[in-house]
Amino acid sequence: MLNIFKDGLRRTREALQGRFDQLFTKNEIDEEFFEELEEVLISADVGVETSMKIIAQLQQQLRDARVKETAQAREMLKELLVNIMDGDEPALLSHASSPPTVFLVLGVNGVGKTTTIAKLAYSYRTEGKNVLMAAGDTFRAAAIEQLEEWSKVVGAGIIKHQTGGDPSAVIYDAVSAAVARKTDLVLCDTAGRLHTRANLVEEIKKVYRVIDRALPGAPHEILLVLDATTGQNGIAQAQYFQQAVPLTGIILTKLDGTARGGIVVAVKDITGIPVKLVGLGEKKEDLQRFDPSLFAEALLG
Amino acid sequence: MLFSGLAEKLQDTFQKLKRKGKLTEKDVETALREVRMALLEADVNYKVAKDFTAAVKERAIGAEVIKSLTPGQQVIKVVHEELVRLMGETQSKIAPPSPPPQAVMMVGLQGSGKTTSAAKLAVHLRREGHRPLLVAADIYRPAAIYQLEVLGRETDIPVFSMGKEDPLQIARAAMKKAAQEQNDYIILDTAGRLHIDEALMSELGRLKEGLNPLEILLVVDAMTGQDAVNVAGTFHQQLGLTGVILTKLDGDTRGGAALSVRNVTGCPIKFSGTGEKIDAFEPFHPDRMASRILGMGDVLSLIEKAQQVVDVEKSRLLEQKLQNQSLTLEDFLDQLQQVRQMGPLDELMGMIPGMNKAVKGMKNMAVDEKELVKAEAIVKSMTRQERLQPEIINSSRRRRIAGGSGTTVQDVNRLLKQFGEMKKMLKQFSTMDKSRLKKTKGLFPFK
Ligand SMILES: Nc1nc2c(ncn2[C@@H]2O[C@H](COP(=O)(O)OP(=O)(O)OP(=O)(O)O)[C@@H](O)[C@H]2O)c(=O)[nH]1
Ligand SMILES: [Mg+2]
Repeated sequence: MLNIFKDGLRRTREALQGRFDQLFTKNEIDEEFFEELEEVLISADVGVETSMKIIAQLQQQLRDARVKETAQAREMLKELLVNIMDGDEPALLSHASSPPTVFLVLGVNGVGKTTTIAKLAYSYRTEGKNVLMAAGDTFRAAAIEQLEEWSKVVGAGIIKHQTGGDPSAVIYDAVSAAVARKTDLVLCDTAGRLHTRANLVEEIKKVYRVIDRALPGAPHEILLVLDATTGQNGIAQAQYFQQAVPLTGIILTKLDGTARGGIVVAVKDITGIPVKLVGLGEKKEDLQRFDPSLFAEALLG
Repeated sequence: MLFSGLAEKLQDTFQKLKRKGKLTEKDVETALREVRMALLEADVNYKVAKDFTAAVKERAIGAEVIKSLTPGQQVIKVVHEELVRLMGETQSKIAPPSPPPQAVMMVGLQGSGKTTSAAKLAVHLRREGHRPLLVAADIYRPAAIYQLEVLGRETDIPVFSMGKEDPLQIARAAMKKAAQEQNDYIILDTAGRLHIDEALMSELGRLKEGLNPLEILLVVDAMTGQDAVNVAGTFHQQLGLTGVILTKLDGDTRGGAALSVRNVTGCPIKFSGTGEKIDAFEPFHPDRMASRILGMGDVLSLIEKAQQVVDVEKSRLLEQKLQNQSLTLEDFLDQLQQVRQMGPLDELMGMIPGMNKAVKGMKNMAVDEKELVKAEAIVKSMTRQERLQPEIINSSRRRRIAGGSGTTVQDVNRLLKQFGEMKKMLKQFSTMDKSRLKKTKGLFPFK
């Protein structure tokens, strides 16, 4: 399962490898070394604050351990990154003890929410589970039709209302239907909204309450989709959505491009929300578990 | 917070430096490091930020900044000017469609906002008197064609679609149709793609060859991070872009990608999308974008206003008086008058980033326009002697001043008390820490 993930991160690795090889074959740890390290981290969208923090920690560790060689520094750096991204075990998705399990998927415009829902549905379908999609994006033109096309491709059911309808009503219907039918999994799509929109918080809160009313204890995952090309604004996105509802994980999409997705390091460092899955393409199969050590390894070449 | 105002930070830096007397090259470097951080926090590309600060340094170290009374503000101004220059002139125009019809291609990464921008551009062109035809050439994303059709219906702009045919066939048929229907532009919504996807990039290449489009516009999400240079660079290399549309600028992003993209392509940023509504589409403003990248609010207008009214010679004198603590009520009046010349106070306050928050914590702040008028009247009713030596103002003098200025004795008392406090605070200038500095700013907003 991790093969495709490795392949997807290959480009990340290739993109970074050159720099790091240069950085770490220099053998000598000097001022220039840290400056270049800063460039590499910031160029990966890790951000000023988190990069500085990582570098300061590394400097401290190097001093404490009296390390003089870059090869050792590299291992320490990798460990630091893995520690920020949390442990060696992939963060797993939570499920209800008895069906249905409900996932709510959130994010700003165009990050890949709908496609990710299709990918999630597909992966559960291949395990023989029943999946129901809730067409909660009642805002964007053709959003319902888009999800509907996907539902056919991956063999999932769909509950939809009209464009312009109340998103929490659709989602309530979907969860209630899943409870009645004992469907294994409900995936709730939502409209992409810039997190700065004033009524977003209220709308998302309402959706959250309504899910809990239809099925106490649900949703079992509230997943924020972040686009790997996103810069420092990713932090604000995570913070704003978290203000509305308790996010349980991040899905990092579009890691098949040249963007390194380093923003999740900052997001994890600042908000504590773990990355659970990564998107590596536009096809239904292009979803993989997030593996912190593989990610760090890929970042470090 | 992460994005605290750069202008404020720089002011603080230079405020501290001022007490050291002369500004050195090293001081400027310190400040420019902060500029660099602000740029990086705004997602300006690492290399671009580095080159940029190097260029600014040259100007900042020149006489124009270091010798000025307000080097902090001067550095900000230079940085801002350079940013505006780098981002180019406003060229929010699509080339004229001669001979009609002409093709405009929208290209970009997945999810950048091409479809919506295509519709917005069409509406914009119609407003300028054109007859655009939207063309659905995204044959990959589920329901993309339908999305464009819905947008067309909502905006009453014709949409041409042919299902999932080859995009070049679609585009050719659309050109024919446009000629028949007298549409002068066709706007091609292409599928989002990765710049490293060779198959899909060569599809765009074929489209370009077959169509010879008038414009190829790259649609870029304003929230894009460091990768913006790779994306824009590759698209430009392979297609020869004619312009850029920056989307999702209605968020709180600093939009440093704009600078990176402009830097690697040299193409003008023509429009920006500023909301989900179809008319949330504006000509691009380099100056506003520069302020935004630096996180400065409209501090520039403020500085400019100040420059118009502040008498440099007087400021120099005041500067000295502040240093040897010989400030008088006359100076106070001078300052008040200068401030008043700049315009309504609350408007000025609104231009200072973070000010709304700060004002709440400043009880002494004379933001009240009426208070200012009163203060001015009071000082004007004093004799010259009284202004130079406020100590001599006893209770009978206070009654006279109150009578003369149409205020009450309490008003006069308050003003004298404020002035006394301000002098006390000025005395502490040399040992001043940040929190006191803030208070002083409140009493004496423009020093
Ligand atoms: N290369 C790549 N493209 C992706 C990935 N995930 C999604 N996309 C593409 O990104 C575009 C937007 O995806 P959507 O799923 O429609 O995004 P969304 O968040 O639902 O968008 P809105 O509902 O409009 O806010 C589509 O063209 C997807 O094919 C990914 O992992 N890699
Ligand atoms: Mg969607």
